[in-house]
Amino acid sequence: MPLFAEGNKKYSHINKFCPRVDAKEKVTGRADYAADLVFPDMLFGGSLHGPYTHAKVKRICVEKALAVPGVRAVLTYKDLNKPFSWGYYTYMTEILRYEGDVVAIVAADTKHALEAGLEAIDVEYEELPAVYTIDEAMADGAPLVHENNEDCAGNIWSHARCKVRKGDVDVAFTDCDVIVEREYETQAVEHLYLEPEAAVAVPEKNGCMTVYACAANPFFGRRWIADSLGIPRSKARLVQTTIGGSFGGKEELMGLTIGRASLLADATGHPVKMVISREESIVCSSKRHPFKFKYKAGVNKDGKLQALQVTLIEDVGAYHMHEFMSFRAVVHAAGAYVIPNVKVDILGVFTNTVTSGAMRGYSSPQIIYAQEQFYEEVAEELGMDFLAFKKSNMLHKGAIHPCGQELNEEVILPEIIENLCAKTDFEGKRKKYANQTGDKRKGIGMSIFHRGCGLGNESIDASAAYICVHDDGSVMVNVGLVENGQGLHTAYSQIVAETLGVPVEKILVNKVDTNTILDSGPTVASRCTVMGAQSVRKAAQELKSYLKETAAMMFHTESPDQVALEDGMFILIGVPDAAIPFHEVCNVHHWTGGQSGVMNWYKPPKLSFSCKTGFGDAFPTYSYSVCVAEVEVDYKTGEITVEKVTSGHDVGTVINPETSKGQIFGGIAMGQGFAMMENLAIKDGKIRNKNLDTFMIASSMDTPEMEAILFECEDKTGTYGAKSLGENATEGVASAIINALHNATGERINKIPINKVKMFELLHK
Amino acid sequence: MVNFRMSENIKIAFTLNGEVVNLEVEPDQTLLSALRDNLGMTGVKEGCSIGECGTCTVIVDGKATKSCIALAAAFDGREIVTIEGLANGDQLHPIQEAFIEKNAIQCGFCTPGFIMSALAYLEKHPRPRREEIRKAISGNLCRCTGYEQIVDAIEYYANEMEEAQ
Ligand code: FES
Ligand code: FES
Repeated sequence: MPLFAEGNKKYSHINKFCPRVDAKEKVTGRADYAADLVFPDMLFGGSLHGPYTHAKVKRICVEKALAVPGVRAVLTYKDLNKPFSWGYYTYMTEILRYEGDVVAIVAADTKHALEAGLEAIDVEYEELPAVYTIDEAMADGAPLVHENNEDCAGNIWSHARCKVRKGDVDVAFTDCDVIVEREYETQAVEHLYLEPEAAVAVPEKNGCMTVYACAANPFFGRRWIADSLGIPRSKARLVQTTIGGSFGGKEELMGLTIGRASLLADATGHPVKMVISREESIVCSSKRHPFKFKYKAGVNKDGKLQALQVTLIEDVGAYHMHEFMSFRAVVHAAGAYVIPNVKVDILGVFTNTVTSGAMRGYSSPQIIYAQEQFYEEVAEELGMDFLAFKKSNMLHKGAIHPCGQELNEEVILPEIIENLCAKTDFEGKRKKYANQTGDKRKGIGMSIFHRGCGLGNESIDASAAYICVHDDGSVMVNVGLVENGQGLHTAYSQIVAETLGVPVEKILVNKVDTNTILDSGPTVASRCTVMGAQSVRKAAQELKSYLKETAAMMFHTESPDQVALEDGMFILIGVPDAAIPFHEVCNVHHWTGGQSGVMNWYKPPKLSFSCKTGFGDAFPTYSYSVCVAEVEVDYKTGEITVEKVTSGHDVGTVINPETSKGQIFGGIAMGQGFAMMENLAIKDGKIRNKNLDTFMIASSMDTPEMEAILFECEDKTGTYGAKSLGENATEGVASAIINALHNATGERINKIPINKVKMFELLHK
Repeated sequence: MVNFRMSENIKIAFTLNGEVVNLEVEPDQTLLSALRDNLGMTGVKEGCSIGECGTCTVIVDGKATKSCIALAAAFDGREIVTIEGLANGDQLHPIQEAFIEKNAIQCGFCTPGFIMSALAYLEKHPRPRREEIRKAISGNLCRCTGYEQIVDAIEYYANEMEEAQ
């Protein structure tokens, strides 16, 4: 049974609980978040947003603002040397394309002077016609979000294109016994990391610019600095501060804030701190892409899926940086099933609303919500039990993935399903709940899903690690990927400990400083352990080989192969009592000129899937998950209670069971919010619920009973066999809840979120 | 530095983590701002500024208080404890140990607020049931943990305290 239990895999430092290495600074309040930083002569920076979702600045006058005592600089788009920023957003703009756009930025001595300076800027606008929905944006003669932009065809973004082409769906559909078609829709979702964005830009004496920021993507941060100032990247440095949550979100607004702070610091010659308010964060930061889905399946009476055609339409918002998402979306559109003929297309549409971006799952929470409900509906049309239907079509070892990839690694879905069914009495409850009467009705639902591990062919999945030992035996690790709360530094510490053979306490993993490590790409796609840790492991292995040479010399033996490093001790194999403490070897190593530091690089093998052909190997491997939700619906009020969520994940190798479970628990709360609570009230492109009094996320009273179950397998692809987890943890929750609601009420929910009012309407229509 | 505002500052004194501090605050300055900006207590966090997230929670005269919606001037003579006041040098407070032991921390931005809310509550309700803990911390939001391990940590600490008695 691939159920995780400590000691199942024979490791010393991974595969077991280790307290978080950053815990102490966090429980004492000493952790350095960006808004906490103070520099001598530091100024405060802020931004002026326009009142419209689509408008042109006719006149902007900054004189009065400059005359406010304490104001040091006021900059507008006129001070920029190009209209767009790196990544196509705008630092300051003449054309406002959504309500988060900025027309001017100010630096001042105090927060009060900053406020007064922003108020004193005089702007006259010409309002332009706008589009707020996918349908409006795609209508004939629709106003254009981007005029004269070669990346657009009308409001359709030419780059958000990817596809899957396998077999021939048109031919296959004509041969199928049953054709089922459905449409679904999802909303924009706010990340709501508890720490809003903040950055401090510090001009250096040598003409460099250093920015301290809670950037989940430090190397992009460095690009924003260099881009805003027009300086080479070698003169731009991003230092990561403690990150108070990101979930994919601390990227666009974070990057713009880094650029804006750099511009103000450059203009004034002072350090400039920009702290984004909660309102500004909600209005300006990117959101989970809203989607519209069209699913069409062809099946035979025997219950075998023959063909699937999917069209995904994403609302891109006003700007874009996420062509990569199209790749992930199309590859996962068919789900964890074997289907011989597949055709998937995706379309991105610009609107004058908040920009869309990465949010925990990068299209998968939306897609799985649609697809896992869809396959139940297909089974229903066939008159089949949906679980039997899903099981008979499920991916398995040796099967061909809907994108054409042969799955050569284990697929432990049957084991996970069996375990969760037994744990939750899934079949028993489902039958029991099928024919309820009365006001309060219960339901149980399941989602079965998979996730491509790491970036695959979505983007470059290479990363660097630098490890060195000091002459006192302490170990320092620099990495290019960030700790944003997920527990990465703890996982890396455990992986270094495992590889080197020294205790975790000896190891310090530093936050990212772009001057100390190579560009390792973004901290996204749940890539950092499965792929990102490969360079960490490789560097530790190499370093260990050098230390073993010194130890061999100290043991007066020729061959380093005779030496092993265990529990912080070098030993001579087969010779009892021949042992030298790690730190003694490190000391001699240093004073005899041994190489005590290693930089290593890992780039996964190339894969064959491309968006041009729509066929091939898309990811190095996949992780597999099952989620079961149990709900109660009150027919009198429409009230929905999620009573329990059981979430089981194949993580390959568990690095740390407690931090893994923490991911799953947090993912459940977030998935529940996606299904039921979290709705940005967007009216005419403007977000009305800008703070936590009106925008709700789950509190400790709202979350269900939770059970997190970890599974392992023998897939060797990832670091020590680990797979992705952070995003999987939330991806299938909404669909399990929605399917449970169907079990309770018989109703299908083709648009989320579903709240009490909408449920009531559905039940009493 | 030029301060263009003419309103008079107010002199106050309160006990902060066991020591009396004297400070001058602006009439409309929040307690949160006084603690962070004047006194360097940056363990007190600002997540929403309107009293909804709990990241700014401190203990005032034994009561959990959201410092972002409290005016500093009103705290003259009061006794305030922030997260910085719990550990004794390197010696952590047992509730801090419990948060570490039970993996109740992820990004950590909510952590100080949860610890302060839990401590204030447990002071008056030493033997809480799990449901009561959930209720007691419901004014604090966490986006990372789903609250499960936070409740575990508080329960664990409460049990430890009871056993110690
Ligand atoms: S900052 Fe005070 S409650 Fe959110
Ligand atoms: S640990 Fe991140 S908000 Fe609670």
